[in-house]
Amino acid sequence: MRTADPHTLTGAYALHALDDDERARFEAHSADCDACTQEVLELRAAAARLALAVTVSPAPELKSEVMRRITAVRQDAPRTIPLARPGRLAARAHRMSRWVPAACLAAAALFGGVAVWQHDRAEEAQDRARRSERQGDELASVLAAPDARTRTAKLADGATGTVVVSKGLDRAVFIASGMAAPPDGKVYQLWFDDGGSMRSAGLMDPGRTDEAVLMRGPVDKASGLGVTVEPAGGSTEPTSAPVALVDFPA
Amino acid sequence: MKEAVEIGKNPAAEPNLPDLMAEVARGDTEAFAALYDVVAGPALGIVRRVVRDGAQSEEVAQEVLVEVWRTAARYRPERGSVMNWVLTLAHQRAVDRVRSVEASAAREQRAALLDRTPEFDEVTEQVEARLEHEQVRRCLRTLTELQRQSVTLAYYRGLTYREVAELLSLPLGTVKTRLRDGLIRLRDCLGVAA
Ligand SMILES: [Zn+2]
Repeated sequence: MRTADPHTLTGAYALHALDDDERARFEAHSADCDACTQEVLELRAAAARLALAVTVSPAPELKSEVMRRITAVRQDAPRTIPLARPGRLAARAHRMSRWVPAACLAAAALFGGVAVWQHDRAEEAQDRARRSERQGDELASVLAAPDARTRTAKLADGATGTVVVSKGLDRAVFIASGMAAPPDGKVYQLWFDDGGSMRSAGLMDPGRTDEAVLMRGPVDKASGLGVTVEPAGGSTEPTSAPVALVDFPA
Repeated sequence: MKEAVEIGKNPAAEPNLPDLMAEVARGDTEAFAALYDVVAGPALGIVRRVVRDGAQSEEVAQEVLVEVWRTAARYRPERGSVMNWVLTLAHQRAVDRVRSVEASAAREQRAALLDRTPEFDEVTEQVEARLEHEQVRRCLRTLTELQRQSVTLAYYRGLTYREVAELLSLPLGTVKTRLRDGLIRLRDCLGVAA
C-alpha cells in the first residue's frame, strides 16, 4: 500500500483492524494530529456500543478467580501528574442526599395511590414489548455515560449491589452480584426512594442471582433505591422491610 | 428494618467510575470489585464474540480484568468513559488472541476460512440476529450493506481490514473507507460522544 492519507485509517484503527506496521505508523501520525485523535476516541465509543450490545452474565467463578489473581499482581505506578477534577463534582457533593429512615418505607403505602398504579400497569402492558428491546440499549447507555456515578452496597451473604446513575440520562441501573435467590413464589422488587415515598422501579429476574437491571422510570428527584422481597408479579407498594437500601451517588 | 443495609454515608465514599478507577489505581481491591461488577459482563461479552471458544474467552476475559487492575493508573478520563476504556482493551486482547491462534495454526486452515466467501453473509446475519440491543441493530441497518459487513466482520470477527477486503473481494482502500464512514454513521446514529 502506498503511504495513503493516514486520516482515513481512523476507522480501521478504532476497530483494531490494522496490522502491526500500519498501526505503528498511524499512531506516529495521530500523536501530532488532534483531528485523528479526537475521531478515534469517538469511533471507539461507537465500537464500545457494539460490545455492550453483546453483554453476557459471567459465572461467579470468574469474579472469584480475578479477585484471587489480582492479589498477586503488582500495579503500575500511578501517574505523577494529578488530573484536574471537574469543578462541578465539588458542587455536587452539597446536594448529597440523606438516608431515608427505614420507617419511611412503611409510610410509602400512603403515597402509592391505586389509580397511579393501575395507570402504570396499563402502560406497562402496552410498552412491554418495546421496552424489552429498548431496555438493554438504555442500560448500555447508562453504563457508558460519561457522567455515570456508582455506589456499591454489601448485601447479605457476601452479595453486592451496585447502582450506576447517569444524571444526564436521568436513568439508573442496579447490578446485583451473587444475590441469594428469592424464596419460592417471591421476587425482588426495586424501588426509587422519592424522599420516603417508594416508586416501583421494576422487578428482578427471580431466576438469576447476577443481573444488571435498568430501573424502570426516570431517576428524577429520587435519593436512593430500595430492594424488597415481594410476591411474584410485584406489589403496588413495599410489603416487607427492604433487604437493601442504597443511596444514590451524589 | 435492621436487615436493611446502609452504605456510603461517608461522602468520600461516593465514587463515579473515574473516581473508582483512581481508587483501583491506588490498590483498593473493594473498589476493583465494584468496578468488576459494572464492566465484567460487557467485557466477557465482546471477548466471547470475537474469540468464540468458551474456555479461551474466559481466559482472555480474566487477563483483561487483571490488566485493568494492573494498569488502572493509566486510565485518563479526558480520553473517554471507563467503560469505553475497558471495552477497547477487551476487544484488543480478544483480537490479539485470535490473531496469535491464527498465526500458530496451519496457514491452509486460515486460507480455507477466507475462501469460504459465502459464509460471511450468514455470519453477519447471525451476528445481527443475536444482537440484544434494538438501537444498535437499528443503527447498523442505517449503514450501507458494505459498511455494515465491513464493520461487523472487523469488529465481531477480529479481522484486519486486509482480511475483510479479501473476504469481500474489495480493494483495500474501499474497505478502509467503509470502516471509517460506517463507524461515523454508527456514531452519529447512536449519538455517542467520546
Ligand atoms: Zn490525522
